[in-house]
Amino acid sequence: MVNIKINGIEYSVEEGTTILEACRQNGIRIPTLCWLKDINAIGACRICVVEMSGARSLTAACVYPLSKFDEGKNILTHSPAVLESRKMTLQLLLSNHNMDCLACARSGNCELQALCKELGVDDSSYFEGAKNEFDIDTSSKHMYRDDNKCINCRRCVAACEKYQGIGVIGANERGFKTEISCAFGMDLANTACVSCGQCITACPTGALSEKDDTDKVWEALADPEKVVVVQTAPAVRASLGRLSVIR
Amino acid sequence: MAFKKSVVAFSQTPEQEQKLMEVINKEKGHKGALMPILQQAQEIYGYLPIEVQTIIAEEMGISLEKVYGVVTFYAQFSLNPKGKYKISVCLGTACYVKGSGDVYNKLQEVLNIKGGELTPDGKFSLEACRCIGACGLAPVMTINDDVYGRLTVDEVGDILAKYND
Repeated sequence: MVNIKINGIEYSVEEGTTILEACRQNGIRIPTLCWLKDINAIGACRICVVEMSGARSLTAACVYPLSKFDEGKNILTHSPAVLESRKMTLQLLLSNHNMDCLACARSGNCELQALCKELGVDDSSYFEGAKNEFDIDTSSKHMYRDDNKCINCRRCVAACEKYQGIGVIGANERGFKTEISCAFGMDLANTACVSCGQCITACPTGALSEKDDTDKVWEALADPEKVVVVQTAPAVRASLGRLSVIR
Repeated sequence: MAFKKSVVAFSQTPEQEQKLMEVINKEKGHKGALMPILQQAQEIYGYLPIEVQTIIAEEMGISLEKVYGVVTFYAQFSLNPKGKYKISVCLGTACYVKGSGDVYNKLQEVLNIKGGELTPDGKFSLEACRCIGACGLAPVMTINDDVYGRLTVDEVGDILAKYND
């Protein structure tokens, strides 16, 4: 066991527990973005940073396992430096995001949007500069990918590879040009994608979304020639179940 | 989305294929085997087309996307073969400050290819390179072994016209 302090209060956790897990176990919430339970702990987004006594810079809580060397250290989860850093990270993400919130499928249900509100991002254009302009991949029957809303968190990549064992999407190119896409810029429809939709469930933003056939349903309902029968597909229940497990 | 397959049709000799299989079989048990395999595959073929990447992915039991992600991450790997005339434009600091970015853009426009690509006739390939040690001549480009210094955008057309065979 390792004895640490979180925000000045003493806790005892098992060696190897990450700071994020230690906090969660004790009811202290650290916001995350790229982290996805069991499959994506890569410390990429820097939203979960915390201040740790003895550390020169902020530490990503999701990838820092506590060890005996951390005995007695104090971890600050909401210090001014931490809050400032999280806010700036969000502003930097927004600097390369199309911010099409009003017409976005995920508006009101978007983790990026919710974090911006939580952390008080009051100037979405704080860092103005070049933006990527990616083509939207609408090739699949069931979904689209709009990388202009993607924050490169790789949660969809992890879901595709680790939940499903498919691995048709990944991070390609490098630096500013990095894009989550298929090998050789192939359309998703031309890959081994099995249309499971796990990537959509994993996505924190509106970059991945189901194609919306609501209009077609309204049209069919309004058709006097049609008889209406309602049945819930099993996939809906499975997806909702998954959602409650990973979030 | 644009499918980024090489414009030149792929062909390989039985020796090349055999060499590649030897490399893969020698390396694949090791941790971090993908990088040395890709490096040696590029030595064998000169570039890493989809056909070669597919062989590597299948033999290693990983997805093609994983291979492609690594290939596009590192500047040392090329998706296209080099042309008969290999054009390298220095985008190092001194050349860049002296306007090599404009020369590079002009070449992309004239040849109608992007950096890292090859013209469909296989004649010219274009790439950016880092300092070639001729900063006094900035901005500098090389076409095979010929060095062109103190370049201006207007000269690009005339220089390319020299390679008319």
